[in-house]
Amino acid sequence: MKNKTNISPVLKIKDLKKSFGDNHVLNGFTMELFEGENLVIMGKSGSGKSVMIKCLVGLMEPDSGDIEIMGRNIEKLQKNELDNLRTEIGFLFQGSALYDSMTVQENLEFPLRKNKEKFKLKDKLVHEALESVGLTDAIDLMPEELSGGMKRRVALARAIILNPKIIIYDEPTTGLDPITAKEIIELMREIQQKHGTSSVIITHDVDCARVTANRMILLIDGINYVEGIFQELSSSSDEKIQAFFK
Amino acid sequence: MIRSFKILDTIKPFFIEIGELSYFSGRFFKEAFTKPFEFKELLRQCYNVGNRSLLLVGVTGFILGLVFTLQSRPTLMEFGAESWMPSMVSISIVREIGPMIIALICAGRISSGIGAELGSMRVTEQIDAMEVSGTNPFKYLVVTRIAATTLMVPLLIIFGDAVALYGSAIVENLKGDVSYQLYFNKVFNALKFSDIIPATIKSVFFGFAIGLVGTFKGYNCKKGTVGVGEASNTAVVYTSMLLFIIDFIAVFLADIFFEI
Repeated sequence: MKNKTNISPVLKIKDLKKSFGDNHVLNGFTMELFEGENLVIMGKSGSGKSVMIKCLVGLMEPDSGDIEIMGRNIEKLQKNELDNLRTEIGFLFQGSALYDSMTVQENLEFPLRKNKEKFKLKDKLVHEALESVGLTDAIDLMPEELSGGMKRRVALARAIILNPKIIIYDEPTTGLDPITAKEIIELMREIQQKHGTSSVIITHDVDCARVTANRMILLIDGINYVEGIFQELSSSSDEKIQAFFK
Repeated sequence: MIRSFKILDTIKPFFIEIGELSYFSGRFFKEAFTKPFEFKELLRQCYNVGNRSLLLVGVTGFILGLVFTLQSRPTLMEFGAESWMPSMVSISIVREIGPMIIALICAGRISSGIGAELGSMRVTEQIDAMEVSGTNPFKYLVVTRIAATTLMVPLLIIFGDAVALYGSAIVENLKGDVSYQLYFNKVFNALKFSDIIPATIKSVFFGFAIGLVGTFKGYNCKKGTVGVGEASNTAVVYTSMLLFIIDFIAVFLADIFFEI
């Protein structure tokens, strides 16, 4: 990771607020993600992590606050500009979100449709993406024929196929056995090293945070309660912080 | 006073839903005529809607024609009017019974299927995944499905009508000793354009309604598996209701314009 004081962030959230009726989920969340950085965000269920990342990619509209991705404020973008920006972001969904009616190959080809140049190279790109997650044999399989771990790997391959600058991981190890979870964490590290991506990792998994995090944010009561490196936070005497590492 | 507020509270969600459905329908027309067009997906959906419903529609149509003729024969025989059978059956089937029954069958198979499929895609974040990858999911999932049902349901209805008439011809041939040639001669003599055109136009609206309600319910499905079941179930109920309303309006207008 480069020295963050010298470079501008690739992703910047400022004072993000979102409520559902009387339920104030985000109360002014602020964060910055720097190039090549792995930023882990931990928070209790219902603390607004998923809402935050949905706002981040424009799936949900925040009540107020600014979101800048690579210097562009997403609120001010036209629909097609936002779609183009989205191709710079890979997203690994919690449940993998593979398209049921498509084969693994078609799932991976899907994000390439927007880019005609890359679509011409689809066979090569699909093969490379599958190779990087170690699943070249699964190319013709349907999602229903894959195990949970394989689905997560294919979803990861789909997230990186456009060679994005930022990858957002929503609970990448949830629902996986410890061995498969370790494999996925290792893959995430490999991808980050190989492609030099910046990552936002939403997780409950302390092991995942320990291995992947360059920096961590604990999201409590809709705000970034504390920010720091894993070692600092895990040795904190604050009970609210300690609750995450027990 | 309190009672009228309670009634308002009860009917308010209904009108909200009507408003949302109208907005959804408006968005369909807006997206359907703007580039890029998803022809490949449209063809795939046409295959799903048309080809995969063929057997069900065929069997339903055949039994419909068979039963309708068997049930009507004794009554017509009482009046010595069994020679009117082909005319009566063909006009009834082509104008009303065929389109309505087949559209209801399609509501059960296609509309609920679309509701469940899109509902499940919504719940498992597949629709979000599409949006995040820079693809417009409304265009890819909704527009193609509504266009496919609008194109395919009229064809299914025409096919169902033809099979129903064939079923009826078999009964007439076996029970009434009427040759197939004579039966179909009488059928085509009895049918006029004023029977076929309104029924075909009506079928297009039936197809549109089947696709619209199915996609609306599925696309806006609430979270959880209960939501998927509900989307599928309400898609059938709402589509069936809408089909009857469209049928009523179609008959009313056909009466004005075609003097049926």
